[in-house]
Amino acid sequence: MRALPDRLVALLFALAIALTAPAFAQPAPAADPPAAAEPAAPALTGLAGALAHFLEDDFAETDTGIGEVAATADPRAATIIEALQDGRLSFSAEEKKVFYKDASGNLIDALSGAPVAAEPADLSDVRLNNRVRRALDAAIGGLSLQAREPAKRLQSAEAVFKSREGSVLPALDAAIAKETDAKIKQAMVEARAAVIINSEDASEVDKLTAIGVVRARGDQEALNLLAGLPAGSPASVQRAARDAVASMQSKLAAWATVQNAWYGLSLGSVLLLAAIGLAITFGVMGVINMAHGEMVMIGAYVTFMVQEYIRTSSPALFDYSLLIAVPIAFVVAGLIGILIEQSVIRFLYGRPLETLLATWGISLILQQAVRTAFGPTNREVGAPSWMSGTFSVGQINITYGRLWIILFTMAVFVGLLGLLRFTRMGLEMRAVTQNRSMAASMGIRTARVDALTFGLGSGIAGIAGVALSQIDNVSPNLGQGYIIDSFLVVVFGGVGNLWGTLVAALTLGIANKFLEPFAGAVLAKIAILVFIILFIQKRPRGLFALKGRAVEA
Amino acid sequence: MTPLMRILDRGSVIFLAVLAAATILIPLLNLALPETSLFHVPTYLVALFGKYVCYAILALSIDLIWGYVGILSLGHGAFFALGGYAMGMYLMRQIGTRGVYANPILPDFMVFLNWPELPVFWYGFQHLPYALLMVVLVPGALAFVFGWFAFRSRVTGVYLSIITQALTFALLLGFFRNDFGFGGNNGLTDFKDILGFNVQAQSTRASLFALSCIALAIGFLICRALVTSKFGKMLVAIRDAEPRTRFLGYRAESYKVFVFTLSACMAGVAGALYVPQVGIINPSEFSPANSIEAVIWVAVGGRGTLIGAVIGAILVNYAKTTFTSGPLAPYWLFMLGGLFVAVTLLLPRGVVGTWQWWTQKRRALAAAKTPAAPPTTQAAE
Amino acid sequence: MFYTGAAPNQQAIPAVDYLMKDEKVKRWVLAGTDYVYPRTTNKILEAYLKSKGVAQEDIMINYTPFGHADWQTIVADIKKFGSAGKKTAVVSTINGDANVPFYKELGNQGVKAKDIPVVAFSVGEEELAGIDTKPLLGHLAAWNYFQSIKNAKNAEFIKNWQAYTKNAKRVTNDPMEAHVIGFQMWVKAVEKVKSTDPDKVIDALPGIEAPNLTGGTSKMLPNHHITKPVFIGEVKADGQFNVVWKTPGLVPGDAWSKELEGSKDLVGDWVTKKCGNFNTKTNKCGGA
Repeated sequence: MRALPDRLVALLFALAIALTAPAFAQPAPAADPPAAAEPAAPALTGLAGALAHFLEDDFAETDTGIGEVAATADPRAATIIEALQDGRLSFSAEEKKVFYKDASGNLIDALSGAPVAAEPADLSDVRLNNRVRRALDAAIGGLSLQAREPAKRLQSAEAVFKSREGSVLPALDAAIAKETDAKIKQAMVEARAAVIINSEDASEVDKLTAIGVVRARGDQEALNLLAGLPAGSPASVQRAARDAVASMQSKLAAWATVQNAWYGLSLGSVLLLAAIGLAITFGVMGVINMAHGEMVMIGAYVTFMVQEYIRTSSPALFDYSLLIAVPIAFVVAGLIGILIEQSVIRFLYGRPLETLLATWGISLILQQAVRTAFGPTNREVGAPSWMSGTFSVGQINITYGRLWIILFTMAVFVGLLGLLRFTRMGLEMRAVTQNRSMAASMGIRTARVDALTFGLGSGIAGIAGVALSQIDNVSPNLGQGYIIDSFLVVVFGGVGNLWGTLVAALTLGIANKFLEPFAGAVLAKIAILVFIILFIQKRPRGLFALKGRAVEA
Repeated sequence: MTPLMRILDRGSVIFLAVLAAATILIPLLNLALPETSLFHVPTYLVALFGKYVCYAILALSIDLIWGYVGILSLGHGAFFALGGYAMGMYLMRQIGTRGVYANPILPDFMVFLNWPELPVFWYGFQHLPYALLMVVLVPGALAFVFGWFAFRSRVTGVYLSIITQALTFALLLGFFRNDFGFGGNNGLTDFKDILGFNVQAQSTRASLFALSCIALAIGFLICRALVTSKFGKMLVAIRDAEPRTRFLGYRAESYKVFVFTLSACMAGVAGALYVPQVGIINPSEFSPANSIEAVIWVAVGGRGTLIGAVIGAILVNYAKTTFTSGPLAPYWLFMLGGLFVAVTLLLPRGVVGTWQWWTQKRRALAAAKTPAAPPTTQAAE
Repeated sequence: MFYTGAAPNQQAIPAVDYLMKDEKVKRWVLAGTDYVYPRTTNKILEAYLKSKGVAQEDIMINYTPFGHADWQTIVADIKKFGSAGKKTAVVSTINGDANVPFYKELGNQGVKAKDIPVVAFSVGEEELAGIDTKPLLGHLAAWNYFQSIKNAKNAEFIKNWQAYTKNAKRVTNDPMEAHVIGFQMWVKAVEKVKSTDPDKVIDALPGIEAPNLTGGTSKMLPNHHITKPVFIGEVKADGQFNVVWKTPGLVPGDAWSKELEGSKDLVGDWVTKKCGNFNTKTNKCGGA
């Protein structure tokens, strides 16, 4: 049984080697090139011959076909390659023809360019896999170096940098000569360097210059390129590459520290977001709300429902789904919070331990309710386009998603500070925090302040859920993962002090991320937990403790 | 009143009598009667009851610190699990060459992880006395160190609850790691025998059940002796007004450290008896949810009543067994959650506490109606 | 006990073979959740890779706890490991819930399947239902069944399942197929011995054949594993898999891995030897 697939794979392997052999001028290992090339045997030339490869429904054949189509320099080539990349290319084995669908959905014969009236019965898509996609990228790299759109040109240059395809060198040189945009030109020069380093017939001097260019680029792709120098490169080139790798690695290590700090900031902002609502309820009311995590979960499910609704009713609004979800999540979670306060917590003031147990019970009920309503599995929450992707600052990668979460957290934090400082409600809340009985005797309706505070804390947990739906599982257990961390952040920072919560969350996040490379994720987490346990012993009221008599009560 | 009479009030005597009856009757009905008999207790029930009794010991240990000293530990499951692991390590070493890899020294999971030799912390566990010592010593030492720091720096109330929860969470993460040397998420299992007796055997199970009951009785007596003594009055004083007790010159933290340590040792014993009866110990025993659930057993029975803790543990777990195996399984969490809310809101004294309060009130009323009662009694009420 | 799920040689080894031959992968990240299945699989894979001449420094093994949520550091490490000039792939035995944040982070940090493909053994259609799959295009999974495999039996099964769950979007997956096969085999064994007595059924099961949902016929082997085809699928934008490679026939499951020192001489044979760990070197039952 085993022999058959082995032989088949060996055949494909030999085929791939045989077809790329001219570029590398290496003798093909023990295989029979004529036999392997047999499927393309009919004497078709040019584009027709190239297209014949697509009829085989075999990835290695498709790979070859792409190379040949690109090499024809035929005006139809770019259209065909682009159609294949978008999955619009299909073929009929019976009619031995390849077709593509144009923008308006008409079926076009790829060879003649004429529309086809009747769809062939055995029409099926030319399938893609990673290998074919790479070949496509390389082909497009060669074909659209002089495309009109700058973004496409940049993409092509990057594709060539990765594919290092020797055959595009003339096209590349022509493109470099014409290019006016400095950034794209730089990318093309780097792509050219990549090709030179991997080419057999470039001179030693050219290769050394090329290594200099790649070294200046300095990122992981460049490192990858220089570390994987083809065997048989001259000794001087190998030495230069080694030096370059060493210097790039040490620079990247320095950047890694910055990158870690960024990861820590990002983790810290997630902790802050989860804990900030708790800081309010715990700080103002002294209530331990173990159902806080479930408010976060409800916020995430609200996001899910908003997205589901938008998907079915108005998909165009999908990019705004999170913005729409934020106020809804705030209101839903806030109302549930007020309901909980009015029905349970109100009766337990002054008995914090009982509150803890009752809210734990509520958290179990909410989890099970969501599990019953939505099922136990994860629900899909998509990322809007403005939250996907990355960009680089120096050698660190910043993902838009994380960046927005940090900005969002800061906005929530500042908003909350403003609310506490500048509004009537904030004033009343602060009064109740500092001295409940005095506030009551000054005419503040503490019961109302309590209900609103609890609603506010829950509502903020709800909007935290909107953000966390972007990075975590939206499942009934979502909240459980954050509750212990949130409490530790609040206790570490000092109860009743938002700045303390901020400092605590960021400290813990960054410390965690700096420990992780050495200790691994779990030990880093344990170390942080143990540190907090010890810290609380030293300063039982946290980093920034409230002072005064109210604290002892 | 002699000390013995003080410890053994009427309720305690009844409780111990019921416990003694169960200790003798359940194994007897299991071993002596044929399976066809109407009164036969099947072996799986013996193991189940044994499990409840272990939970009852854990509940007792929580009641001691929560009911009498006001320390709400949300990490007592950790002490229970540590005791369980100590016993599990002994049972693992007893497997010897009967494991899948037939290594005479290394437990299967270590062979699987390609460990060349037994880690130092596993030394000595092949001897039961050493393992039993560790069952008490490891949780006790952890509780002592933890309590020493926490109570001296006057970490109280919810802060203490939160850091005890962090403690058990840290242990949970650690024990989940395979590199930690305790079998990772699978924990310790596939036990063969204990002191040469097959752990699966009917007679071993019956004996373990009886042993658990005896341990519960001893634990109960220790707690009773403690809380009815002058020492016990100190504990209640600390619970109700810690600063005042301190101002009177008592070292509140020493009392707390002592009781916390004792309570952890009891939880460790409960865990050690639990493991051979259920046949496995794994890191999920450290999960914070388990510890909180144990607290609700005490709350249901009535904190500060000791007997209530035992009754609560058995009641809640019986309900759990009944509901989670039936068609109502999806609703169990609703019920458990509802129980947390209902008990704290409507029945803060718990079942036994409420009953005691009610009988006391009735007695007081009766006393008030009786003209013969001296007026001083009323003043004392 | 009978195993209708995949043995490592019916999932992990073919997947690695595919990556080695078709994608020319030279450098490997074995990332898994810290429990027995990933550790076993990775142990077998490590031995297998070394037997194929992969050096120790080209293998990175990483374990994370259940439900691990913050993958920033690990994904960055994978990217770093993948920039050593050799084609790199990730073999993932990451379990359950941890997968969603893992794949989200891969998408966020721009780890494309074209550059560093990830092949997973515990991510199927059901798991992908919780993720936005567009950034994951081209990442791989190895299973013995995919919902996207076209044949009448499978189409009927999917229709029945969606009717049963009253949800036209509900997906099917490999473990479901394993149960379908297992149940059919049990029925056939019961019919053969005309009894539901477990011992009789156990004796009757080896040799029983049942059609699977991918167009073949699976057979229960004496070692209580079954024969299954192996498929490698690439994630498509719609959360389904595009089969890019399959074994030409059915692969018999090995109870004991041939790649490991301690188990390569062992076979399971419950029919003639009545032994789950028969040693072919010493001709004895009972492991080493």
